Amino acid sequence: MKPFTRIDAKAAPLALSNIDTDQIIPKQFLKTVEREGLARGLFYDFRFDEAGNEKADFVLNQPAYKDAGVLVAGDNFGCGSSREHAPWALLDFGITCVISTSFADIFYNNCFQNGLLPVVLKADEVESLMAQARGGNHVVSVDLEAQTVTAPDGEVYRFEIDPARKHKMLNGLDAIGETLQRAADIDVYEGRRALDNPWLERA
Amino acid sequence: MAAKTLYDKIWDAHLVAEQDGETIIYIDLHLIHEVTTPQAFAGLRANGRPVRRPDRTLAVADHNVPTEGQALGAAAVADEEARLQLLTLERNVADNGIEYFPMGDLRNGIVHVVGPEQGRTQPGMTIVCGDSHTSTHGAFGALAQGIGTSEVEHVLATQTLRQAKSKNMRVTINGTPAPGVGAKDFALAVIGAIGTAGGTGHVIEYAGEAVRALSMEGRMTLCNLTIEAGARAGLVAPDETTFDYMRGRPAAPKGAAWDMAVAHWKSFFTDEGAVFNSEIVIDAATIAPLVTWGTSPEDVMPITGRVPDPASFATPDKRASAARALDYMGLVAGQPITEARVDRVFIGSCTNSRIEDLRAAAAVVQKAFLEGRLVAPHVTAMVVPGSGLVKAQAEDEGLDAIFKAAGFDWREPGCSMCLGMNPDRLAPGERCASTSNRNFEGRQGRGGRTHLLSPAMAAAAAIAGHLADVRDFI
Repeated sequence: MKPFTRIDAKAAPLALSNIDTDQIIPKQFLKTVEREGLARGLFYDFRFDEAGNEKADFVLNQPAYKDAGVLVAGDNFGCGSSREHAPWALLDFGITCVISTSFADIFYNNCFQNGLLPVVLKADEVESLMAQARGGNHVVSVDLEAQTVTAPDGEVYRFEIDPARKHKMLNGLDAIGETLQRAADIDVYEGRRALDNPWLERA
Repeated sequence: MAAKTLYDKIWDAHLVAEQDGETIIYIDLHLIHEVTTPQAFAGLRANGRPVRRPDRTLAVADHNVPTEGQALGAAAVADEEARLQLLTLERNVADNGIEYFPMGDLRNGIVHVVGPEQGRTQPGMTIVCGDSHTSTHGAFGALAQGIGTSEVEHVLATQTLRQAKSKNMRVTINGTPAPGVGAKDFALAVIGAIGTAGGTGHVIEYAGEAVRALSMEGRMTLCNLTIEAGARAGLVAPDETTFDYMRGRPAAPKGAAWDMAVAHWKSFFTDEGAVFNSEIVIDAATIAPLVTWGTSPEDVMPITGRVPDPASFATPDKRASAARALDYMGLVAGQPITEARVDRVFIGSCTNSRIEDLRAAAAVVQKAFLEGRLVAPHVTAMVVPGSGLVKAQAEDEGLDAIFKAAGFDWREPGCSMCLGMNPDRLAPGERCASTSNRNFEGRQGRGGRTHLLSPAMAAAAAIAGHLADVRDFI
């Protein structure tokens, strides 16, 4: 996993609540056996009309936001399907941080597996960022070590994050590698379960 | 000793280790399918890591399988990308010695139908799958959660998950529901009450006499839709209904092992006095048959109601979302929802494709048929059983004959039009009465308009040609 430390990037405003992972990446893009190349499908129905032409009014199609690195979104971002293609598509597009008042559990968790930072801020802070993201200067700084977002107007917002997740994200750690260091504990657990619940061991 | 919830007990029974402030929990059963696993197996291969417990892993092909011609096998699937995904799964399970029910096998079907049907899903277990509706298995008193592909890889490699514990929420449904009201209506009522983010960060335990009175199929419907309320897992404590369902299933314990297992399973209940972080109480008698009117599962209303006015919502955000939803759905504020004329009816999905669901729908269809009514001429209606075994049982009971005589299309099992990854999907503007779980924009096909409802309500809509009150059909 690529580490996330600090970015200075353009923020794109997407002022909709309950953006689900079907909207982030529709079904037809899930029929891949790869993790890469999913940017094409990101927000596909928002970005393209039925003939496949770009919709000029969608924020990520506007010249000022085509190279956005941060998305500012409404409540409950990433609800619905567990598809990890959603963070993969955001990252492939170049977005490495999403800011909202709340995230759905599975999406939130999937972000940390991939180095995409989900930042939870208070409603008035998100509202202010959303308004500033619509303006001419819409570059924000996100610093994971300091747990801060600096708005274009210089205002600094602090966010909370689980320390274990922060550590892994800062260092780009491989969760499987970490867990395998505890293989002996897993062996012990399995041995005990086999004695206590023998019916679980299929012949 | 402090009183524990059912969730606390399952959690505590699966603790392996603490590491760097995270908890490593053991996973008893890992269900896999073709769409969310290819990148996980590729990751294992790239790192030279084996699958730790192939015997605790079960694979099916369900998300993008066509619902006809399944006996021809994966190699005959017309969609090139779907075919590649299915063949990739077949190679991965063969390489790793994982049990697999291929397309066309009688035992294959939707992963959340197959696990319980085979007796692989058992009380007190931890279960994961790369699919958000894994919450279904909570009906057995198992902690069952949807995970992403990176975590699928983690479970394949370690048979564990790194997780922080969720909060406890209890939803108690008391009383007796009116005729025509069932598990789907209970679930929609809960989502309508707490919203799609109401359960975020929680595991929801369902309790109360109306939940106790549900069959296992009904409990699965209820737990299935828990994710639509934002909670990753739903739970119902196991009881005699659970054990009766499980007895004799292929992977259920037998003989003395059965007795030992049942004794163990009976320890999985919430202790008297255990504290929940939040509690919701609903009276089943107050629930009418429900439908959704918008593009979020929380947009629920009674079938007797009128489409809400966006101006009636509390916040600017909600007002904007409601206006957008009405526009997308082609509905007008104030219109009776029964005026919504449907083009398609879909009976299926991991929410409502089990034998009891098909029986409930068939009962409505049969009564109408005997009164000389068929599927309305302008409606295309399909039934997609949840598994080959459900399909076979329905055919034994003559349900397929009832559906077909009335004009329904009787298909082969799979996820089908719930998410439209296979050829079954809505055309732009088409309106569908659907027993599935998500009415998101574009979910069943770009521009498609989905109304979520129960199997009996879907059958009533098929006959009436518009959304209809099932109580007029029973």
